[in-house]
Formats: sequence, C-alpha cells, structure tokens
Amino acid sequence: MSETIKIRKGLNINLKGKAEKIFVKADKAELFAVKPTDFYGLVPKLTVKLDDTVKAGSELFYDKYKPQIKFTAPVSGKIQLINRGERRRILEVVISPDEEIEYESFKQADPATISRNEVIQNLLDSGLWPTLRQRPYNIIANPEDTPKAIFISAFDTAPLAPDYDFVVKGKEQEFQYGVNALIKLSGGKVHLNVNSEYPPSNVFSQAQGVQINKFKGPHPVGNVGTQIHYIDPVNKGEVVWTISPQDVILIGRLFLKGKYDASRIVALTGSEVLKPKYYKTIGGSCIRSITKENVKEGELRFISGNVLTGTKVYQNGFLGFYDSQITVIPEGNFHEFMGWLSPGFKKYSFYRSFFSWMNPEKEYTINTNLHGGKRALMITGSFERVFPMDIYPMQLLKAIIIEDIDLMEKLGIYEVAEEDFALCEFIDTSKTDIQSIVRKGLDLMIKEMG
Amino acid sequence: MKGIRNLLNKVKPNFEKGGKLEKFRSLFDAVETLLYVPDKVTRTGSHIRDAIDMKRTMIIVVTAMVPALLFGMWNAGYHHFLATGEFAEKTFIQIFTFGLLKVLPIIIVSYVTGLAIEIIFAQIRNHDVPEGFFVTGMLIPLIMPIDVPLWMVSVSTVFAVIIGVEVFGGAGMNVLNPALTARAFLFFAYPSEMSGTRVWVSGLKSGQGIIDGFSGETVMGYAASNRIDQMPFSPSDMFLGTIPGSIGETSTLAILVGAIILIWTGVGSWRIIVSMFTGGLVMGLILNLFAVNDYMALPACQHLIIGGFAFGAVFMATDPVSAAQTNKGKLIYGFLAGLLAILIRVLNPAYPEGVMLAILLMNVFAPLIDHYIIEANIKKRLKRVQTSNA
Repeated sequence: MSETIKIRKGLNINLKGKAEKIFVKADKAELFAVKPTDFYGLVPKLTVKLDDTVKAGSELFYDKYKPQIKFTAPVSGKIQLINRGERRRILEVVISPDEEIEYESFKQADPATISRNEVIQNLLDSGLWPTLRQRPYNIIANPEDTPKAIFISAFDTAPLAPDYDFVVKGKEQEFQYGVNALIKLSGGKVHLNVNSEYPPSNVFSQAQGVQINKFKGPHPVGNVGTQIHYIDPVNKGEVVWTISPQDVILIGRLFLKGKYDASRIVALTGSEVLKPKYYKTIGGSCIRSITKENVKEGELRFISGNVLTGTKVYQNGFLGFYDSQITVIPEGNFHEFMGWLSPGFKKYSFYRSFFSWMNPEKEYTINTNLHGGKRALMITGSFERVFPMDIYPMQLLKAIIIEDIDLMEKLGIYEVAEEDFALCEFIDTSKTDIQSIVRKGLDLMIKEMG
Repeated sequence: MKGIRNLLNKVKPNFEKGGKLEKFRSLFDAVETLLYVPDKVTRTGSHIRDAIDMKRTMIIVVTAMVPALLFGMWNAGYHHFLATGEFAEKTFIQIFTFGLLKVLPIIIVSYVTGLAIEIIFAQIRNHDVPEGFFVTGMLIPLIMPIDVPLWMVSVSTVFAVIIGVEVFGGAGMNVLNPALTARAFLFFAYPSEMSGTRVWVSGLKSGQGIIDGFSGETVMGYAASNRIDQMPFSPSDMFLGTIPGSIGETSTLAILVGAIILIWTGVGSWRIIVSMFTGGLVMGLILNLFAVNDYMALPACQHLIIGGFAFGAVFMATDPVSAAQTNKGKLIYGFLAGLLAILIRVLNPAYPEGVMLAILLMNVFAPLIDHYIIEANIKKRLKRVQTSNA
C-alpha cells in the first residue's frame, strides 16, 4: 500500500435521497435497450433488424470505423423497436426479453492462462470491450493500443453515488478474473484506487496483481481522471484505459462462466425516491422496472447516473451502459419570485452568498432549475477551488471555445474528460454548459489529431 | 404575487420575436428576470446548478458597498455643517438627510444613464441585459466628489459604459474597470471639478454661508503641499472616515466591513485585497527609508487609510473581469497595484491620488501577468513529457 494521496480542492454536494444499504431484486424489465448514444463519437452499423431473435451476447451493431468493436444484447429476446432521432441517427435498439435468458457462449478460461490476443478477442466478441475507455478523449479504448496503465476507481464521490464496497460484496472471484484480464491488457500497471476514509472491501484489498492507491478528499477525488492526474498523468501521445468496478466484474464473469451475464447492481437515489436502495437488475433495463411505485408525485427528472454527469432519460427510458445509479429529482420549471434576493436558508450554494451556509450538515433537495440566466464567463477563481488538477480550468475552457488546438494541448486537454468539469459547471455563476464545451473540445482533438 | 406573474405572462408574447413591442424585448426581459428567476431548466451536463447567479453575485457586491455609502451620506452632511458652522445644532437625522439628498440624485443619474445604455446594447446585440452595471452604477457615485454636477455623472457614465465596456464586446470582455474609466474621464476632462481644495465639501465651491477659515482640503491635499503638520485630522479620523474626500472612500472602517462581506461570501478575491494592502505597505516603508520630505516620511500604515486606497483595493481592483484571472496572477497584480498607487501618490506632484491610475495601469497589465503564470504551467507540463520519455 502506498501513501495516501490527499486532495483539498473539490466539493461534496450533500443531497437528500441516499440509497439505504439493502439489496432488492428488481422485477425483470419488460423491455431492454442498448443505446449507441452512451458511447461518444460512435457511428453504429446495425447487424439486426426488427423482429430478429437474439441471445444475450448476440451482436446488435458495431462501430463503423472499428468494426471489430461490437455491441451486444444484454438479454435474449426479440428486437422490438429501433428508435431513431434526427437524421435517422439510431438512439435505442430495444429488445423484448424471453422468459428465460439464453446465452451465446464465449471462451471460458482464467485470463491469466491465455494470451493477450485471446483476451482481447473474447472481450470484443462478447460486446464487453466497450467497458474499457481511454484517456485522452474518454472514448471506447482502441483494441490496437497498449495502454501505459489501466485505472479502476473503486469508489465514487459524486452526489448520492453508490458505495462500490457494498455493490461488489461477495464477488471476489469474478473481480479477480476481471483484474487478471486487465493485467494481460495493460502495458504497465493496473491501478486500483480506494478511499482511505474506510477500510476497503475484501474484494478490493485482496485483489492480486494490482497496485492499490489510497485517496482522500472531497469530490471529484473519486473521479478516475483526478486519480490518473495524481498517479501517472497522461502526456501527449500516451494512452491509459479506465474501467469501473462493476464492469471489471462483468469481464470476470465472462471468463468465469463463458457467457455475457449483464446482471448488475444499481442504486436508486434522489430526493424524489420514496425508499432509496440498491437493486439487482440487468444492464440496459427499462428503469421503470426499478422506479415504479417508488417515486413521488410531480414533475420529475429521471437520470441514469448521478446528478452531475448522468443522462436524462424518460421515466420509461433505459439504464445507460456505464451507469450504476439512477437518480430522481424534481424538475424546476417554474418562476421564483425575487429568488435572487431571498435570504436563501434552504438554497444550496457553494458560495456563502445564501444563508444556507449556516447549516452545512443539511441534506438538500435541488431541482433542475438553472437558477439564473446565461452570462459571459465573468467570475474568476472559483473553478480553481473545485478543480483539483494542476490545470487552469478557465483558460482551458476558453482555449476550447476559440478552438485553438495548440493551446488546448498545452493546457492539458489530454488529461480531462467532461466529468472532470462537472463541479465547475455546477458552481458556475454564468450558467455556461461547461461539460458540453469540454466534449466539443475533445471531439475537435479527435478530429484534428486522428 | 400570482397577479404579477399572470400579467407578465399575458404581455410577454408582445415582446417576443414578431410581437409588436419586439423593440423593447431587452427591457421586458430585464424587468421579468428582476422580478422572477427564470423557469429555465438544465438541458445538458449537470442536472443541478448552484443557486447563485450573476444577479445574486452583483447584489452581494452592492450590499458590501452599503456601509461605505451610508457613512458617505452622513459624512457629506457632517462636513457641510462643519463648513457652515451649524454642526452643533443639527441632529444626526438632519445631517444624514442632507447627505442623502445630495447623494441620491447622483446614484439615480448613474443608474438611469448606465442601464438605459446597457438595455439598448442588449437589444442591438440580442442578448440579456448583463448585471455588471448593478455594481458599476453604485461604484461611480461613491468615487465622485459630493458637489459633482449631475450632467458630469451622466456624461462620464456614458463614456464608461460605451468606451469602457461596450466597444470591447460588452460585460465580461472589458479591459479596464468601468467605474474607474468614468472617474478617469472626468479627472482629465474636468480637472477643476474633480480635484483641488474646494470640491470635497458640499457648498464650499459656491461659498455661501461658509465660515471664515474653513478648509475643505483632503489629507492628500495637505500632504502634497507639505503641510502634514497643519492637518487637523488624527489617524483615527482617517480610519473612521470623518475626513473630506469622495463620497464613499473616506471610511476605512466601513470599507473593511464591505471587504469582510466580499471575502466571506467568496465573491471578492481575498488575494487581491490582501496583496494590494501589502503592496501599499511595502512601498510606504520603502519611501520611509528614503524620506526627504514629510509625505515620504508618513507612516506606511497611514497610507492605507487615506485617500482612495482602501476603497480601490476592496471594490475596484477586485473586479474579476479587469483583474488578473489566475490565483498567482492576482497576488502579483494586487501587490503591484498597491506599490504603484503609493508611488504615484507620493512622488508625482501632478496627481494628488495614485490609486485610480495604478489600478487602471494594472488592469492593462493583468493579461500579461496571467500569460506568464500560464506559460509556467505549460512549461511544467512539457517538462513532464520529457522526464517520462527519458
């Protein structure tokens, strides 16, 4: 165990609706979907059509530019619907599931005993390859690269985030198999980053072949991007890969059982959930199977993921590919009389300009209102207080806005992803959509650098 | 409250694109958002946002200026009645009311002129009315002499908003602090109204009813003419602010209350405030070392409580748009502004006060300071590549 890396900058947003540590088996969803929109920059090519029958692990579509990357069905069943958006962009491939799930079979072996190429092939075939993402750019890893390291963040500090130590309970063997696969893939170390605030679960502390790093501090200390920055930052021309603990387990299960079993645990959280707790479900489930009868009345925002970086879904939308959390918060589409003048005892703010600073322990209900109009980026010095990397966030953002590739590179664009700027976006006085600016910058870099 | 909302909803379509009052869209929008926080919700990125917005930020700054403003009103009355010899027979309310009636028109003129221009530009540029003028509109009166003609307030505000802000692309894009731009404009265009011995006390210029021998000179006036020993003010007068000067600048105590509000809420940069005071102190000490006259020998800490130094450090230098933007840059920027302010004040006989010029000068240099700070960060990153490749 190495020394604890302490981070001071950041912000823990104390929201109402933390999941109680109880596992509940969710009802089986009536529909499942795989959403190409979960994967940045992906141009999907369908290999199935309406009414085709598929098994769990059957290919649904592939990446037009890297055809070896396949996306597969989480359950067996019939293709019920292919939802398209503007310009016929595929949004969702919807599957109506069978009673009993039938599985495609894949190679079953301890990854430690087979070659790197066999590991890659098995991941590509089963559709689990997309669980691996790369920095720079935060896109699906390129199977032709060898990363200088692979990072797993074993804890999440985002608001109401699931406790991975609880989620992975009892999955020692699956996790170890997954780690063995990662060891094969990595050109260097496999870093497993844990929170030093409490002793990590056995699943993490007894994992073999990984370097365990301890971290301490406020959010975004649990963001893998922050951890990479402190352990082994990404320089120009270098690549690291990242993966979440639940996805490591999926990979482990693939090698252990020889099938794509997309079972995962999802925390249902948020102020509008009646009884927030953990659900055992299957990847790609319609979230209604989890939220039904457990949410309050009123206009609600359903989010697959957390409130800072998650994706807005409809109440009968689907769980995102990478998500281990569903959050339900109230919509804020109403006018507030003189809201900017009120003392604000109940208004959450990073700044002490509302009197809520008198009550730091309170759990807040925050709705989706922007709380103000969009303005020029005027206020300086606040982003730096929640951005723990040695990067100038405001200057990098401005470089992105003016599309200065050279400057973006110099200011550290390779190290960041949208999620690293989520807190900046949250506290921003000018209400700028910072994460989409960062995404635009990353996309521009991909286009320019090839 | 529902009634107002219903009314707004009812008339709103007239102001939208294609409506018959489309020309007044910005005005309507300004009024509507003043009354109600918009109902807009998050579309992309973070689903929740901080309760703060630009209006809240600006109103905090205005709140921080209120102690200085209230004291300034009282002080205006106090000095006027000292000059007329009636101080002893006036009540606190009478003194304050006199000042209030003097200051209020200046504030109204400043806001009306500035907001009118902002709204017109917002309409032309098709964006929302920025809140920056909330603060600028209050800053301008606070740095005016009490007897400034109202038309001058208006002209200088026009100058500041158009030349200081709008030509650069609007709020957030300006290089210079707009309020200081207004004051600098008046200072160079109408020096007789903005400096000298007779403009700081109300009624002194007209001379009616003034008792013989009353001098309205500021501390700077005494000091610049080497008569510090004849000055009727003690350091505690200077700290409390019972001295002649621009409306809001005299009371260091009231300004410090504002500084605490700014720093506590996180709206103002403590780095700039602290480093500017430090810079002023250091230059004061340097001048003490080489003192050849009384002004240079003035105790360094007294420099911080006279003239516009404290006001400039707390409310002017901290403007986030025209100041340095990086944290390290802010320290350097503030320090140099403090240094220069005292240097100009003491050594340049043409300018009785150096704070305004020092801050404007540092406004111009702020991007350069930031440039070097950021270059250092870039170099560090490049070095990391070399070591990892070696």
